[in-house]
Amino acid sequence: MKEELIIAGFGGQGVLSTGKILAYSGVMQDFEVSWLPSYGPEMRGGTANVTVIISDKRISSPTLQTFDTAIILNQQSMDKFESQVKPGGVLIYDTNGITRHPQRKDIKIYTIDATEEAAKRGNSRIFNTLILGGYLKVRPIVTLENVYKGLKKSLPERAWKSLPMNEEAIRIGMEIIKEVQ
Amino acid sequence: MKKEVRLMKGNEVLAEAAIRCGADGYFGYPITPQSEVMETLMELKPWETTGMVVLQAESEVSAINMVYGAASTGKKVLTSSSSPGVSLMSEGFSYIAGAELPCVVINVTRGGPGLGTIQPSQSDYFQATKGGAHGDFHLIVLAPNSVQEMHDFVFDAFDLAFKYRNPVMILSDGVIGQMMEKVVLADQRPRRTDEERIAQDGDWALTGKTPDREEHVITSLELDPYAQEKFNEKLIAKYAKIRENEVRYEEFMTEDADYVIVAFGSAARICTMTVEMAREAGYKVGLVRPITLYPFPTKVLHDLAARGVKGFLSAELNHGQMVEDVRLAVNGQAPVEHYGRSGGAVFSPDQVYEALLTKIINK
Amino acid sequence: MAEFEVQIKEENLVFRKSPVLTDKVMHYCPGCSHGTVHNLVAEVIGDLGIQEKTIGVSPVGCSVFAYNYLHIDWAQAAHGRACAVATAIKRTNPDKMVFTYQGDGDLAAIGTAETIHACNRGENIVVIFINNAIYGMTGGQMAPTTLVGMKTATSPYGRDPKIHGFPYKIADMIAPLPGVCYVTRQSVHTPAAVRKAKKAIRKAFENALAGKGLSFVEMVSTCNSGWKMSPVDANKWMEENLVPFYPLGDIKG
Repeated sequence: MKEELIIAGFGGQGVLSTGKILAYSGVMQDFEVSWLPSYGPEMRGGTANVTVIISDKRISSPTLQTFDTAIILNQQSMDKFESQVKPGGVLIYDTNGITRHPQRKDIKIYTIDATEEAAKRGNSRIFNTLILGGYLKVRPIVTLENVYKGLKKSLPERAWKSLPMNEEAIRIGMEIIKEVQ
Repeated sequence: MKKEVRLMKGNEVLAEAAIRCGADGYFGYPITPQSEVMETLMELKPWETTGMVVLQAESEVSAINMVYGAASTGKKVLTSSSSPGVSLMSEGFSYIAGAELPCVVINVTRGGPGLGTIQPSQSDYFQATKGGAHGDFHLIVLAPNSVQEMHDFVFDAFDLAFKYRNPVMILSDGVIGQMMEKVVLADQRPRRTDEERIAQDGDWALTGKTPDREEHVITSLELDPYAQEKFNEKLIAKYAKIRENEVRYEEFMTEDADYVIVAFGSAARICTMTVEMAREAGYKVGLVRPITLYPFPTKVLHDLAARGVKGFLSAELNHGQMVEDVRLAVNGQAPVEHYGRSGGAVFSPDQVYEALLTKIINK
Repeated sequence: MAEFEVQIKEENLVFRKSPVLTDKVMHYCPGCSHGTVHNLVAEVIGDLGIQEKTIGVSPVGCSVFAYNYLHIDWAQAAHGRACAVATAIKRTNPDKMVFTYQGDGDLAAIGTAETIHACNRGENIVVIFINNAIYGMTGGQMAPTTLVGMKTATSPYGRDPKIHGFPYKIADMIAPLPGVCYVTRQSVHTPAAVRKAKKAIRKAFENALAGKGLSFVEMVSTCNSGWKMSPVDANKWMEENLVPFYPLGDIKG
């Protein structure tokens, strides 16, 4: 098993922390993981991305040019990473703010309206766990039990009260993700 | 006993390792991409647990001189910085080597020259391995390629620093510093007392002059040229011993290799994938990863060439630095070429594969 | 020449060399203030009984070799960095008495940042600052404290503020910093001044031992070689020119 994933969007959208939850979930399932963020000025409002690799073998290169899965959360990232999904790979995106939708025919494309769902529920903080849920529906590489463990592990103790809310968001995310035909 | 496994950033683990190996002090100055080292130390407050001192200095110049001061008293001290900050510290490296003091310096490198970029690079290889400041001296240089090695090499670096009373550099880069991986943390070691240190490493440090011994002076000044030359010869003999005893490297699929890639740190991780790609395509390619950049693993490369390897590619995130040491090692027995990206651009496994084909295999 | 020992009865003894001072012949020029200040530091260390816990930090400059003259452990710092070196020695060895001994070029030019920041952090150390308004060791170049109009090797027509800027009073600059507990300006050009200077050094050491913060003792000094004067003329010149610009006395504490 090897999953090479990029999550890309705006800084502040929870791109890095979504990757972190997933990386922790991988650790809980005894996989090897690597989590490599873009860093520096990009953290402050610009685009941010994180490369997460989860594998049952030792991970060689932590930097990648192509990905099994891309989770794309803004237009700049769509422009940059659509072409970097491997043929047969998966692209997941939130349609909010996307003006040019993906064109590739050789990959599977999914949409998840997480921004809208979070707004509907009046809770923008569940945005990234909705996204995570959608991803896990399409790519169930770790068990839900381990994702919940990873979620807990990635949060400081003072934030544990938000665990039930986020666990539910993961389940909702699994329901609202749609394949683009 | 169950070991503690955590998912941590390379920079964060440097801080954990410094505390756990029983370091007495850290002195630093913020610079991207390694600021998490001091941030983590400040958050962990080791002064309340182990008694380790953590101090944010007013500059890298001051930080390295604080290291000099604390190291003069035999303490286990370290600093960390990134390329431009390390340049500022380099005067201090020369003084520390000249005064024969142990210390650990971590360089989480970024793209240069000048202020350059903040993305990962390996363009400080020359600076790290060829002395990096005035005078006849060397740093011992360790190049980690994983978060686990970031942890382990802090321990190893202090052991080497005290064994040889010489500054040791951990030459990392932005990839290893910023990435998170699983890491097994060592158990907390107690800080050494002066008495324990004297028993283990001898009585040379500044601990206060007692009636039973002469005063100790830590200096690198010598006005008599013949005395200075004699001291330099002592240093050089020390480096000869280091070259003899401390070379470390890792080989990957070199047993039957016709072609060998040489790469260190994060570049070696990337090149491991290149080797796999080449093997799939039917080429017998292997990888040598120098772990100590000084002392450089000369013999293994020389012997591979003598055994019949047909070509070497030095793949570095710079425009050709380590390749000079590879050429010296191979010594004309086979072609040695360089492939690199720089300025914060990182090559991909297939770019290295492409370079291997055009520069070596199909040439 | 016959060797003989002079026997002096204890009750007749009026002066004894501090046991903290070594027997090495000092390399300083005749008339230089360094020797006297070294002696005072040695005496204070002896009087306080802290020889075994005192670590000195010598600079780059004439007093680079200070470590030859006091029976204590010494670190010799890179040019300007004595306060950074002393900071870390003290922080990692809080039970030690740590002092720096620096000249004007070392402390107030190349080492300004290290000096001010050690002061501002309130490090529990003593800084002894020899201000003779010139670079002695390198052969009489202009220092940050060189007076306007004063001739040096790098201001051969006299210090012109338009070219060289103005001399500055670092003791007055650091005095307002809350980390600094004691700032004083002394000299050693008369027996009375020497006695006062010793008191000041002692007070500074006591402050550090009590953990009160940084104490800064400036010594307005002579450099007769650099000034190209006889020792007597140098003393006179210092009184008439340096002291009016760098007035003696306590500035803080």
